Amino acid sequence: MFVRYLLKRIGFYLLAAWVALTLNFFLPRLMPGDPATALFARFRGMLGPEALEALRETFGLTDAPLIIQYFTYLGHVLQGDLGISVAYYPSPVLEVISGGLFWTILLAGTAVIMSFIIGSLIGVAAAWWRFGRIDTIMPPLSALLGAFPYFWLAMVALYIFGFQLGWFPLGHAYGDGVTPGLNVAFIADVVRHAFLPVGTVVIATIGGWLLTMRNTMVSVLGMDYVNLARAKGLSPTRVALRYAARNALLPSVTGFGMALGFVLGGSLLTEIVFSYPGQGYLLVQAVRSQDYALMQGIFLIITFAVLGANFLVDLIQLWLDPRIREATS
Amino acid sequence: MSKRRSSAVSGLSAWVDAVRHDRRATIGACIVAFFILLAVFGPFIAADPYELVGMPLQPPSGEHWLGTTGQGQDVLAQLVVGTRSSLLIGFSVGITVVFVGALIGVTAGYLGGRVDAVLSLLFNVFLVIPGLPLAIVIAAYLPSGPLTIGFVLVIAGWAWNARVLRAQTLAHRNRDFVAAAIVAGEPSWRIVISEILPNMTSLLVSQVIGGTVYAIGAQVGLEFLGLGDVSAVTWGTNLYWAQNDSALLTGAWWTFAPTGLCVALVGFGLTMLNSGFDEITNPRLRLERAWRAYLRARGHRPGHSTPVVAGESAGSALVTGDDHA
Repeated sequence: MFVRYLLKRIGFYLLAAWVALTLNFFLPRLMPGDPATALFARFRGMLGPEALEALRETFGLTDAPLIIQYFTYLGHVLQGDLGISVAYYPSPVLEVISGGLFWTILLAGTAVIMSFIIGSLIGVAAAWWRFGRIDTIMPPLSALLGAFPYFWLAMVALYIFGFQLGWFPLGHAYGDGVTPGLNVAFIADVVRHAFLPVGTVVIATIGGWLLTMRNTMVSVLGMDYVNLARAKGLSPTRVALRYAARNALLPSVTGFGMALGFVLGGSLLTEIVFSYPGQGYLLVQAVRSQDYALMQGIFLIITFAVLGANFLVDLIQLWLDPRIREATS
Repeated sequence: MSKRRSSAVSGLSAWVDAVRHDRRATIGACIVAFFILLAVFGPFIAADPYELVGMPLQPPSGEHWLGTTGQGQDVLAQLVVGTRSSLLIGFSVGITVVFVGALIGVTAGYLGGRVDAVLSLLFNVFLVIPGLPLAIVIAAYLPSGPLTIGFVLVIAGWAWNARVLRAQTLAHRNRDFVAAAIVAGEPSWRIVISEILPNMTSLLVSQVIGGTVYAIGAQVGLEFLGLGDVSAVTWGTNLYWAQNDSALLTGAWWTFAPTGLCVALVGFGLTMLNSGFDEITNPRLRLERAWRAYLRARGHRPGHSTPVVAGESAGSALVTGDDHA
């Protein structure tokens, strides 16, 4: 009976989504001056008065009382109406965002999963051969690499491997010569374009997983059941992976959900360096052209995506850790 | 009273000792000290960072050690002058984030009950909302400048500290000395300030350092996006202009490489410093070090089952803070 636990988590994520929505509603209204003027200053000359009126309606920026404005806004968002983008006029914000969503999820998703797997494995190795070569070199090295801003690592990687050596393309998600679709040439091209951006994010984020895994693993290796497994004469790989690493994995999985938002932030900046057509690239366009509707839309969609991913992590944890199942039954 | 003061002095010397005895912490302290000196005195020594001194995008030379920017300004001068504002914002945000986190986390942990439920919900919500997009959306509406950057970084960053400090407070709350203080009739605020907080000093210091690392990195990121005051000279705006002048595609590595190296060096130095402080937080690490030295002196290798609890170092932002709860 873990239904109650799941319902509680769903309730929490709904609350978080509501907080994000409400923040989005109040932000333009908290700023000095007339929010509509700030929001629509950029539309002047592009839109007729009727179109402006319709836009005001979308954001609930009418003369109605605040509470009515609020529900008008919520209603529009729930219908997927996030307004019209200035930077990509006259496309609706939702359409602009959904065009880049796939690339962001591909980039950030691949990076976070690879970083998790590689980092945790090195962490296991560092703890297993404690005070060995991996253990003395990798933690400080990864701390050093983690100290670099992601996007700066991206710039260096692009400069060396893209510009100087010419091994990788200088930007975008795929080249002009391939036709998008499920064909080998296209997928190979996408992988080639994603290699550097994903690689830099992985390098910058690997340290967190490595240290978490190493530290938990060290304390798990001191447990009686690990000593017993060793005494039984099980093979070292079996002891390390099936007995110790499996139990040491829990804190990392707990941290996974929280790290997602953090990694996503860095991957957005990395996209900008590589002109990768995801949310980060859209975000910088929005910032530069003061496209508030697009900015707020991106914030909402990214938040919803992170909340969804966190829920997935909860499900995985429920499966991994019997204690949660039992505690709630 | 005098007893308390003497314990404060020995506390301070314990910190200095910890830094001196740990090689990593010594290196970290030296790096951080160098950049603080640079931040304080650099702007007096360096040339005018705005002055157009030569042709744009000149590679490093004897005249301009780090070359010139896309506008023909001296890169080294911009780097040195930018240190001040970047470090200033970094440290102020680091301190503020821990202050806000302590206010909310300790209140939640100490009072418990409904207050705890509401405050915990609050920081958990802020923890799950992605920080950078949140910071960008808020910063875009405010006038650009260092105050805005600092403000949004605090909004996006306090929740983590609140969570860890709440867990620590919960752990301390059930200790005998707190029970004794409650029985003695001390008011709650006094128990928190003079009984619980002093016992978390090392954690607070390590959080300030961790918060500073976060703030410097995130600030550079926001300014790189163009959300800072782009006419000011900071590390972030240096990178913003490097990207804007397409330094990469013209091969002008000197316009972005030194700035990123400095950001990383400061972050690395602070993290190393923190790992030395870890030993104060965690006496077991100290014991373990002595035990290892003893074994080595006798020609043995330490085995696997040395009972050590995971040390929560600053770099591992992913470790959950609930272990002590």
